[in-house]
Amino acid sequence: MSHHIVEVRNLQHVYSDGTAALKDISFIITHGESVGIIGANGAGKSTLLQHLNGSLEPTGGSIHIGHTPLSKGTLPDIRRTVGMVFQDPDDQLFMPTVYDDVAFGPLNLGYSIDDVEQRVTEVLELVGAGHLRDKPPYHLSGGEKKRVAIATVLSMSPDILVMDEPTNGLDPFARRQLMKLMKDFKHTRIFTSHDLDMVLELCGRVIVLHEGEVWADGPPLEIFGNSKLLAECRLEKPLSMQGCPVCGNNPAKDIN
Amino acid sequence: MWAVSAGTIAYCSAKVRAELDDSKIPLMGVLGAFIFAAQMINFTIPVTGSSGHLGGGLILAILLGPYAAFLTIASVLMVQALFFADGGLLALGCNIFNLGFFPAFIAYPLLYKKIIGAQPTATRISVAAMIAAIAGLQMGAFGVVLETIVSGVSSLPFSTFVVMMQPIHLAIGIVEGLVTASVVSFVYKARPEIMQSALNARPIGNHPVRKIVLAFLAAAVVTGGIISLLASENPDGLEWAIAKVTGHNELKEPENALHGSLKVLQEKIAILPDYSLKKPAEATKDKLQPEAVQNHPSAKPETKSETPKNPAGTTVSGLAGGAITLGLAFLIGFILKRRNQNGTS
Amino acid sequence: MASIHNAVLDLKRLDLLANGNSSIHRLDARAKVLVTLIFTICVVSNDRYELTALFPFFIFPVAMISLANLPPLFIMKKIALLCPFVVAVGIFNPVFDRVIILQLGSIGISGGWISFASIMARSTLTVGAAFILVASTGFTAVCQALEGLGMPKVFAVQLLFLYRYIFVLTEESGRASRARELRSCGKKGQGIHSFGSLVGHLLLRTWQRAERIHMAMLARGFTGAFHASRQSRFGIPEIRFVLAWSALFIFLRFQNASQLLGSLVTGLFP
Repeated sequence: MSHHIVEVRNLQHVYSDGTAALKDISFIITHGESVGIIGANGAGKSTLLQHLNGSLEPTGGSIHIGHTPLSKGTLPDIRRTVGMVFQDPDDQLFMPTVYDDVAFGPLNLGYSIDDVEQRVTEVLELVGAGHLRDKPPYHLSGGEKKRVAIATVLSMSPDILVMDEPTNGLDPFARRQLMKLMKDFKHTRIFTSHDLDMVLELCGRVIVLHEGEVWADGPPLEIFGNSKLLAECRLEKPLSMQGCPVCGNNPAKDIN
Repeated sequence: MWAVSAGTIAYCSAKVRAELDDSKIPLMGVLGAFIFAAQMINFTIPVTGSSGHLGGGLILAILLGPYAAFLTIASVLMVQALFFADGGLLALGCNIFNLGFFPAFIAYPLLYKKIIGAQPTATRISVAAMIAAIAGLQMGAFGVVLETIVSGVSSLPFSTFVVMMQPIHLAIGIVEGLVTASVVSFVYKARPEIMQSALNARPIGNHPVRKIVLAFLAAAVVTGGIISLLASENPDGLEWAIAKVTGHNELKEPENALHGSLKVLQEKIAILPDYSLKKPAEATKDKLQPEAVQNHPSAKPETKSETPKNPAGTTVSGLAGGAITLGLAFLIGFILKRRNQNGTS
Repeated sequence: MASIHNAVLDLKRLDLLANGNSSIHRLDARAKVLVTLIFTICVVSNDRYELTALFPFFIFPVAMISLANLPPLFIMKKIALLCPFVVAVGIFNPVFDRVIILQLGSIGISGGWISFASIMARSTLTVGAAFILVASTGFTAVCQALEGLGMPKVFAVQLLFLYRYIFVLTEESGRASRARELRSCGKKGQGIHSFGSLVGHLLLRTWQRAERIHMAMLARGFTGAFHASRQSRFGIPEIRFVLAWSALFIFLRFQNASQLLGSLVTGLFP
């Protein structure tokens, strides 16, 4: 199982305009873990994610996926292993129809047309989008777009699923659907989010980023119990841990 | 014109494929969509108070380089023709040429790049964008005039047309120049590397580009001439004069031949040479006398006596028939629809 | 702005029509593209004074609208939008071309009016045919068909990207433009300066989006080639469709059917 380890060592990234987005990031994620990366706006979450499948090149440090160092030569393999779901599904759904979009990856991997057909059908059923098959992406709702975007990645059967803000902008029902989908994915999951309740519910581990550095790394209950840390990193407890402000149960005094 | 535009598209596609990296493909498409989006945003033109918006050809050339820009403009126009009824399929070939070729292959390399030189500054870029936009539109407008005249769609005299088109497009060009300059200088300030990369994307320099431009111009003139000759059957101004003077005669002749059942064969023989033997000198002929008779003096006298009332006669019956055909067409459509609905219900 | 917004809505409607299921919709796109091309050539190549010979060509759009169950009023409205443009091209013909070539009772009709009417008829036909093609086929399929018929792949792919992102970007710029309008209280602030920076920002955002899209493509194994995901077939119905219509168009191009019918009628009742 060790072959799907994600190892980030002293990762640094400085953008061409001089902004140091990542200063010194190190962590190891083992197979099957579900990790939430949280932090304030501009903490470096998205920059970090973009390194995981080689969309950005580190300016310092290294990344290994399953003991393979990430480099130009290993990129195709690593991109096949690491499935990346973007924040804005409109960036990811660029083909004329849902079918074409989900088939895009498998076709690039060189599967036969029959194989592709079967895969696409399976994956679309899995995300509950079978009926959207022949629709163009601009006729889909936000939740539908998100699920199809996930399908486009799942159709390549990745071993590691990376998602940037998966529940962003979804209505409660669509958010629930999505969370169930993520729960059912059996391999490694890494995602960033401001939806702390989702992180609490889905993750076995939380990494807190602050100004390009890792400030905390541990089980969610431990992290969300540390009010000082949360306040320093411009975060707060998930609503489900704050108690009910109407009936007065367990008011969240300690945040301020 | 269609052929030239299609040829240029093919050439540019090959060029883009060979020279530019993959990231250009989504970039071209998305920037094409951007042109639509940007046209939703208006601004008040300083002097007149009316509103203007971005045209797009030159700005694409500045951002993408000529080949990718030409393809992008072509695709924008194609979508406009198909969906927005802008110009229609008829004019698409010409439009691609006028709005794509001139800014991308003449205004951009020969004016814009020359003016900004090796060391671009914000002012230089603005001035260059202004001049190139105006020049590009003037060429485009002149192209429209030439094509319209050659195709024979409009009866406007050449000079009147030029006098009408050029000043209007000077105004449009100034507006386009202002807009392009302001957007380009903004981009230059915010992300200079974008414009630098477009400039560097063509390291070959001006020389081969000029050659290509000349080659295309030559091809344009030759093909354009041939195409319009074939398409319009109105090769030049003199021929039009004849067509005007003789009215519908020579083109109605084949149809006459059909209903004048006895003379079918004879008249056909008479008419076929008529198509190839038309000469300017014929303009002096009696305008109601069909050439068929002139070319074939042996034609029977009945033909001669019948023909004078032909132009009006044929067209009236033509109009009557036309109305009936139209009615029939819609009737058939109606029946088909009914049948279709019965079939599906 | 409103006009482009409406146009995009129309675009969506046209696109939805293409999802219909009729004998015409089911035909391979290449067949429809071919027939539309032949139709356009036959119509356009008519002489500028030709009017009556154009009438029989109306059978094609009318039959297609009926067979494909398209909303006729919607298509007519779309065609009517083109009118101002065509009128602008042809309006001077009657002024400059005053030779009377047709006498209807006491009214003389000049060549200019005939050629003007001819331009109108021609553009109605060709534009109508283009709309019908898109409404019964869908833009994507039209692109793929054109590619199958020899259009360069780069161009086809580029067209598809363009079409896809029109919807996203027009919404984006609609929002930006509305925001500016709301804060500019009438005229002030709508000038060239704010325009330049607004459009510039939009352009940069667009640029970044293109970069993200490229990233998304790379992330899914894109190596520069686009693969076809399905095979379409060009079967017997397609061949029949192409042959039948082309034969009709070519016949109508060389024989004035109106004239034939008209002379038959006027010949019967002199």
